[in-house]
Order: sequence, then structure tokens, then C-alpha cells
Amino acid sequence: MSEIANTIFSAETAARFDKLVTIYPVRRSALVPMLLYAQDEIGYVSDAVVAEVAERIGILELDVRNVLSYYSMLRTKPAGKYNVQVCTNISCMLRGGYEILDHCKHKLGVGHKEVTKDGVFSLEEVECIGACCWAPAMQVNYDFHENLTTVKVDEILDTYRKGQGKDVK
Amino acid sequence: MPTLVSHPDEVKVISRRFGQGATDINKYVELDGYKAVQMAIEQGPDWVINTMKASGLRGRGGAGFPTGMKWSFVPKQSEKPKYVLVNGDESEPGTCKDHVIFLHDPHAVIEGTMIAGLAIGAKLGFIYLRGEYRYLLKIVEKAVADAYAKGFLGKNIFGKEGVDFDIITQSGAGAYEVGEESALMESLEGKRGVPRIKPPFPAVVGLYGGPTVINNAETIASAPHILLMGGEAYAKIGSERNGGTRLFGISGHVERPGVYELPMGYNLKRAIYEVAGGIKDGKKLKAVVPGGSSCPVLLPEEIDVGLDFDQMAKAGTMLGSGGIVVLDETVSIVEFALRVISFYQHESCGWCIPCREGTDWIKKTLTRVYQGGGSKKDVANVQYLAENMMGRTFCPLGDAAAMPTLGFVKKFRKEFEDYIEGQKAGTPIITVEQLVGAH
Repeated sequence: MSEIANTIFSAETAARFDKLVTIYPVRRSALVPMLLYAQDEIGYVSDAVVAEVAERIGILELDVRNVLSYYSMLRTKPAGKYNVQVCTNISCMLRGGYEILDHCKHKLGVGHKEVTKDGVFSLEEVECIGACCWAPAMQVNYDFHENLTTVKVDEILDTYRKGQGKDVK
Repeated sequence: MPTLVSHPDEVKVISRRFGQGATDINKYVELDGYKAVQMAIEQGPDWVINTMKASGLRGRGGAGFPTGMKWSFVPKQSEKPKYVLVNGDESEPGTCKDHVIFLHDPHAVIEGTMIAGLAIGAKLGFIYLRGEYRYLLKIVEKAVADAYAKGFLGKNIFGKEGVDFDIITQSGAGAYEVGEESALMESLEGKRGVPRIKPPFPAVVGLYGGPTVINNAETIASAPHILLMGGEAYAKIGSERNGGTRLFGISGHVERPGVYELPMGYNLKRAIYEVAGGIKDGKKLKAVVPGGSSCPVLLPEEIDVGLDFDQMAKAGTMLGSGGIVVLDETVSIVEFALRVISFYQHESCGWCIPCREGTDWIKKTLTRVYQGGGSKKDVANVQYLAENMMGRTFCPLGDAAAMPTLGFVKKFRKEFEDYIEGQKAGTPIITVEQLVGAH
């Protein structure tokens, strides 16, 4: 049984966190992955997440916030159900990354780090996602989509809108 | 899913198992998997280190330090536990080779980690993947679980009394800086990923204060292959002082972009024109960034050069992470340079002033030039700023931003000056408004 009262996470995630803090030589090593997994479940790193993670690891909330503000994948505001991250770094840029980004902006009607009104999608322009040889590329949640064209983007977004897209977490 | 490419000139050592279902542990074992680590257990640490030294393998993360030597630097006696840390925080623009290894051959990384652990006397290894590679982390996590289930990891591995090894898989959360080894350790310890002051070096004081070997994922995945084929045989494939093969990611304006395994010393021009099929749509070549975005650019007349650490250094650039980015005649170098520096400005951790301020000033100046409001002094100023960043920061991010900038302004000076005069070269891809959208 957990030593921390679980208030916000599912039983499965709470059990995962209970294990996570025990595997490392130092408890604090669990912090970054814990914040990511918490975000996957809650949608963002809320104040409640910060408080509970701090307690689970045994550090100050300030220490959690200090780390939270450093990593670009951690967010303190809700994103859409599907977070669309379009890469525009050099390899993607040379093969139409900006065109893909503009197309997504137009299609979803939102800008960088904005969420659609229905909350289904959010859009982000991101730095190199390590898909350079299959450019242009984007990630929807943790799912990669490569060799994009605007037509392919339309198909991908429609699949997610219908709730049929993969959602690798 | 990334498509696999191939070319007759490839020498498949590390990519030998790609596309053959080696993510399945039984298939991996069938393809000689986990044989090398058992050889390492039988023969002992000295044999492993000597074989690695003989192989001439140099770190595939970019620095090119000899791996066998790195392993031999770890003190034999240590009061604190020793660790192996695999750097899979691949974030250098133009680089996607580790992506393919994790996707197709995760057990090679696991086996390599165990071999490194046996060589230095560590009982715990970490495999750290960048946060964006979550789908790959799942593949690696499953591979680790399968290895435990088979008794290849844990206590008394392969039934050998007293031989223990554990692996923890870990994920980052988005920070290019964490690819630097000391920042990686900070991140793994649950802190902001900023670099540490060196010395002490990680081999002596590393993770949790213990001696630590940190290797790039491709370096680690090469180890089992080297032990199986023998150090000398591996060294022979490559060029002088640059043993073996390497995964090169060729991207940008080529007909067949992809990750190709070529012998060290392979000609860059042939890699672009033959292996990757030449310049896309029959256009002319304008420039090549040979080893990830931090490497100084090469002109078309400079690319008849061997792809190894020494020959690239002689050519005034670097082999880096092996990410070759090809630019055709339509690219505006001013625009490209601005996109590169915007990345480094975004990713600077802000600790060292020359990097924090330098990247910002260069970006602001180049933005002005790109907008058409540049002054004659701007090119000299950019060069001055970049020169003053070089070697003046705790980690190489400052250099990584300065080196390509210097390359661009030195080799394409006229293009920058033409911009200032109002004559723009190349086809615009981004507007300044687009660029500042996310930065």
C-alpha cells in the first residue's frame, strides 16, 4: 500500500508511482518521468499534481516547479485531447515543415500552443523531434507521422477527430 | 513508422538485424543476440576493454572519443557504486539514427549496456531516451522486461553465480541540453538539466557521485557486434584511427533520405549523390551541413571528403552525430542560419552568459538582416559574437551555436551582405512572423 494518500491519480498510475520511487538509487530520479505520466493522465501538470508529486518524492513543491519550468514537454495548462506537434527544424523546414504547420493552423483554426474550441486538438510548433530522414514530420501525443503532405495531414487529423487515431502513452 | 532504406554500398554491422523482427527476444537470440555478453562474462573485463580498444570505435554521439579508452578510465576500486548511462536523448537537428536502433534493435542497446557494465564493474545501467521517444521507450521497456523474464537481467544472469546486472529505462521531458553528458546526469537525478563543472569527469564522479560511463546509444549498440566479430576485424572496415561503420542520417534535399550504415571514411559526395540518390528534383547543390546542425557548413566543392572524425576536422568541420543535411540552390543561407540560431537560442539553458546572450544577440541581428533592415556592421558583429562564444561556456552548446554561425558568415558572407544591400537570394520558406511564432 502506498504511504501517500492518492487523491488525483487512477489506481493504476498511483501503483506505478509507488514502484517508480523505489527503483532508483535516489528517490528524486523519479521526478521527471512522474511528471510526464501525471500529465498524460490529468492533461497537464496542475497545482494538485505538483503537490502530490512533491509529497510522493519527499521534496518541496518549489523543487518540483523548478524542474517543471525547465522541460518543454511539461505544461501547466491543459492541451487538447490530441496535442499536434509539428516540427519545423532544419530537415523538416527544407521539406515543407512550415507549410504543414500553416496548414494545421488553418485547418484547426488555432495558433501555436492554442487549443481548439471543442478541446479535441491543440497545436504546437516544436524543435527537432528526431524524424529528420522522414521529414516533414509531426507527433500527435506520442505518435509519429512522417513524410507528410497537406492531404496526409487532413487524413490524420480526421482519423483522430473520429477517435480512431493511435494515442501512444 | 519510419521506412527502412538500403543501398549496395552499405556495410551492415549495427543495422544487421533491422527489419528482421529483432524486437522479439527469441528472434534476437536466433540472430546471435546475447552471445557477446556471455563471451564478456567468460573472458572478463580486460578482454572486453582490449577488444573495444582494438576496434577503434569512437563515440557516436559526436565527440568521437575512443570508447575503449573511456571505459578504461573508470577506477577499478570505488567506494561508491558504478553506473552505465546510455544517452538516447537524441535531439541534434538532422539526427535520427538512434531512433532507428531503438525501433528495430532495442536488445542490442540492452546487451551493449550489460557489456559496458561488465567492463567497468557496474551492476546498474540506465537507458535514457528523450521524452518525445515515448513510443520507442515502450519498445525498450518491453525488451528489458523480456530480458528479465529470460534471466538475462537481474541476479545471477545466464545462471552465473554472483553476476548481477539491472537496467532502468528512463525518459526525459524535452530539452536539447540534456543530450550533454553532465546535464543528462542532472536530469536523471530529477533536476533541471544544466551542465556540471568539469573536472571531475563522469568516469570518476558521475551519476549519484559514483564513477559513470556515459555512451551514446549507437556506441553502446555497437559493442555486442564488436565482441562477436573481433576488434581488429571491426577496425578494418573503417578508415585509419576511425574503426567500423556508422549510421548516417541523410536528410533535406536529396532524392532518397534515410538512415544508411556506411563504413567510416566513406566519401561524403558519394553518400549524397549515390547512396541518397542525389539532389532532389535535379536541382543544384548549394551547401551541406555534414554532422548535425552544430557542424560548420561545407560548400559543394568541399564535399569530396571522407566521413570520419579526422578527415572532417581537416576539412574544417565535424563528423558530429552523422546527420547529413543537404541544401539545394533554392535555400537562402541567411534564412537557414537564422533557423539554426533560433533553435540554439531556444535550447540554451541560460546558465553561461556567452551562450545565453550570444545566441539571443545573433538571432536578433540575423532577424534584422533577414527582414531587410540590416546594417553593414551586422555581419562583422555576428562573427564577433560567435567568436566570443567559442570555448567560453561550461558545456558545448555555446560552441554548437557558434560554429555553424561562423561557417555561414565566413563561407556565404556575400549572401549576407547582399541581403543587407536589399538583394535577397534563395526562395523564402519562413517569414520573421512565422519564426517568432514559437520562439
